[in-house]
Amino acid sequence: MESQAFQKIYTKLTNITKATVTLKATGVGYEEMAVVYGRLAQVVKIIGDQITLQIFSGTEGIPTNAEVTFLGRPPQLKVSDQLGGRFFNAFGDPIDGGPEIEGEVRDIGSPSVNPVRRRQPSQLIATGIAGIDLNNSLVSGQKIPFFADPDQPYNQVMANVALRAKADKIILGGMGLTNDDYLYFKKVFENAGALDRIISFVNTTENPPVERLLVPDMALTAAEYFAVDKNESVLVLLTDMTLFADALSIVSNRMDQIPSKDSMPGSLYSDLARIYEKAVQFPSGGSITIIAVTTLSGGDITHAIPDNTGYITEGQLFLRRDSDIGKVIVDPFRSLSRLKQLVIGKQTRKDHPQVMNAAVRLYADAANAKTKLENGFDLTDYDERTLDFARSYSDKLLAIDVNVDTETMLEIAWDLFGKHFSKAEVGVKQEFTDMYWKG
Amino acid sequence: MERKNKTTGKVAGIVANLVIVDVSGPVAQNEICFIHLAHERLMAEVIKVVGNHAYVQVFESTRGLKVGSHVEFEGHMLEVTLGPGILSRNYDGLQNDLDKMEGVFLTRGEYTDPLNREVKWAFKPIAQKGDKVTAGDWLGEVSENGMPHKIMVPFKMEGRYEINWVIEAGNYVVDEVIAKITDDEGNEFPLTMVQRWPVKMAIRAYKNKPRPFRLLETGVRCIDTLNPITEGGTGFIPGPFGTGKTVLQHAISKQAEADIVIIAACGERANEVVEIFTEFPELDDPRTGKKLIERTTIIANTSNMPVAAREASVYTAMTLAEYYRSMGLRILLMADSTSRWAQALREMSNRLEELPGPDAFPMDLSAVISNFYSRAGYVYLNNGSTGSITFIGTVSPAGGNLKEPVTESTRKAARCFYGLSQARADSKRYPAIDPIDSYSKYLEYPEVQESLEKNVGSEWLGDVLKAKDVLLRGKEAMEQINILGDDSVPLSFHDRYWKSELIDFVILQQDAFDKIDCSTPMKRQKYMLSSVLKVADSEFTFKGFEEVSGFFKEVINYFKQMNYSEFESEQFKAHEKALQAFLKERMN
Repeated sequence: MESQAFQKIYTKLTNITKATVTLKATGVGYEEMAVVYGRLAQVVKIIGDQITLQIFSGTEGIPTNAEVTFLGRPPQLKVSDQLGGRFFNAFGDPIDGGPEIEGEVRDIGSPSVNPVRRRQPSQLIATGIAGIDLNNSLVSGQKIPFFADPDQPYNQVMANVALRAKADKIILGGMGLTNDDYLYFKKVFENAGALDRIISFVNTTENPPVERLLVPDMALTAAEYFAVDKNESVLVLLTDMTLFADALSIVSNRMDQIPSKDSMPGSLYSDLARIYEKAVQFPSGGSITIIAVTTLSGGDITHAIPDNTGYITEGQLFLRRDSDIGKVIVDPFRSLSRLKQLVIGKQTRKDHPQVMNAAVRLYADAANAKTKLENGFDLTDYDERTLDFARSYSDKLLAIDVNVDTETMLEIAWDLFGKHFSKAEVGVKQEFTDMYWKG
Repeated sequence: MERKNKTTGKVAGIVANLVIVDVSGPVAQNEICFIHLAHERLMAEVIKVVGNHAYVQVFESTRGLKVGSHVEFEGHMLEVTLGPGILSRNYDGLQNDLDKMEGVFLTRGEYTDPLNREVKWAFKPIAQKGDKVTAGDWLGEVSENGMPHKIMVPFKMEGRYEINWVIEAGNYVVDEVIAKITDDEGNEFPLTMVQRWPVKMAIRAYKNKPRPFRLLETGVRCIDTLNPITEGGTGFIPGPFGTGKTVLQHAISKQAEADIVIIAACGERANEVVEIFTEFPELDDPRTGKKLIERTTIIANTSNMPVAAREASVYTAMTLAEYYRSMGLRILLMADSTSRWAQALREMSNRLEELPGPDAFPMDLSAVISNFYSRAGYVYLNNGSTGSITFIGTVSPAGGNLKEPVTESTRKAARCFYGLSQARADSKRYPAIDPIDSYSKYLEYPEVQESLEKNVGSEWLGDVLKAKDVLLRGKEAMEQINILGDDSVPLSFHDRYWKSELIDFVILQQDAFDKIDCSTPMKRQKYMLSSVLKVADSEFTFKGFEEVSGFFKEVINYFKQMNYSEFESEQFKAHEKALQAFLKERMN
């Protein structure tokens, strides 16, 4: 722990709750860091000389005569190129046994970008997964979460996306990761031989939940260093934002705040927006793209966490298990990338938007046919063909184990069209059928 | 509230952006103060006073703030600066000019001048020496991006005055004294082109505010045809995320028949504002031939900007609108989204430890919203000219549930309801305005009906109601078909259903990204509605239900081709002819 000469040491706590302590002190700044009984804490409330501190690792065992010193600074991170390839905890201290980082000290939770200085996102991020690249293309500077149930392999998909995306830096912010998932990420990154461009800030389930609150800001402070100072394209992975929000509700509960919907604090929208809005395309060329995970409970997107997230992010990616093919797919109906129209047909082949829409429409026809079948109605020949198409489409394009370039995805789609349908049924503009139709 | 000596105080407590100040003199509710940090001054607003403690909400981050910091009270409420040069500016919620700020990141405590003090404006006097004037009366005029911008007697001037002197026509900066007026007691007041007004107070410099009566064309068919909004009317658009609120709002602001558009991006995505910044300077204004940005002002307080300023942003936008309305202009004010504003109120109410209402929103939410909506409207100014503010707000209902407090409160205040439906959005039927749940109260106003009959046509109102009936009957038929199955219902059910689909596809659905289809003038809407209704009124004979859908799909296709063609062009007529020929084959 850090220490300074001539610090005033306080030793009289007047109040202790599960997450906070209160004491009498003067000259303390709001959001200042402190050390209480050897644990890091932050000022969350000042009333006169009564200072309330939030103890990140919990107050278990803290006595009323615990030593308290104030550090005179907000939470900070040292930034430099040395961050590359390293693993840190929520406070920015190395947890991989390596040396301390040397570099410039930055306050975390920096101000927002002036909206008039932002540039419109315009660079396609290819992931090789057709459910994303073909139907919901990602763009640098975008923020988008995976909405997934806890049993789905979202961390694996995210690790794949991260490694395939051509980002200069990948920053992982892990919140409430199980130790197994943490080790998984570590192994995947090491095996990929890309470790030097990956930086991780990890709070596992073994760490106290309130510490998680620092993880996104730590990750994003590092991201801003590379995106602004080095003009790099940075991809930030945040998993799992639901656990982050849960930590927010714990703190607000301890501070006797009145909860709003689903026991979440009333400021949930602003708290999440402050993080997600760090995704930006800078005028100088650097960019921050955020891919997050929001776990759902039973697919319920009306819960306050996914609901507020959906209003903030630029779309969402839904994972679903397709029982017909026994694979997890990116659901084409419920997934959406709001920024895709900035790149599809522009940075990808011209037929991309039309092929995408036609395929999704035919897939929807298949869904209707399936309902008909389940309700005991007779199927027409067209219905049968859509069902065949849907199975192949799901297997060859929507499944998350697909890894091909966008051009190949389009070719696969044309193959499927030609195999199952007539030109009129596909309904793509004639100039494209003339060029690509495979009868 | 103005005082000789500024009240000062010291910071006594801090909870996030709520700061408690120990004050040494008089303070007023909603008074503005500045908290002095080492190198910065943080702006804040008084929201509660208890004894000698003023509770202030700070418009910036309070990080590093200490107890004992010096606070100075300004003796006025949050004010905006009004004068020529507001159009095509990008402001934050407190009317700071965002383009004047240095650096990529917003700097705490940086406040910039909303006006350009160096530019010279060509001033033409309207009033002359000896004229008797009151607040809001026109003294002269400058041309702001081609729009007549009236220089008025400041709204704060109470009572009657006589003009002593008006400057002659010429080019002047905004701070030039352009007129001098005296009150009854002979006190003289020099006036410039600039005045200030507190945003939370409505500007009432008009004679009266009648009920709105004239249609405001938006070019969006499912609004203009089915549930029209009026000049000076109010409407709101609730919708879950992903249902196209923003696209619809942008379409309305691009196309509506207004002189000036003010957009308050209140707590929404920054990239959406960037889209406006990038697009509007490129888009041609169909009515003036200039660029759209020249008659637009954007108030951007995106979701990551300080929460307290978010609340201020909608008031700032409304006050700018009222200023331009007093010049006899038609203003369209869009706020996206008022839910974020309500959430800002909730955060503060929570920190003040007020007893909460439903969903932890403050108890007076409904009153605050009604009060805000009531500032819109059509007015007759003192000189007989007219002006209007049409206000459309979006609402982002939590969980898509329209029974939540913000939607409910807004429903009581706004006269038009454009509910976006998830089901319509899912099936890509855009704009996803639900044709059956949505309503416009204005259709029931006799003065609106009269105006529609006069300006659109005597049979118009009947046609609109008929279209609504067809849609409703179609929905009922569809429900029966879904329950009983395609072949277990009489053929007429299919006929009824597909006639409603016809109206849905041809009139309601509109391609916001197609050059021609994106905006439909009233004359064309009338033509298309009556053409479609002719088909809906006709009787056709079919052998089976598959034939019904096949037939109507063809009809829809012909009509859609018409929608995509220039009105009354060769192409349009050719498609229409083909349609007639096709219909004839089938007609009884």
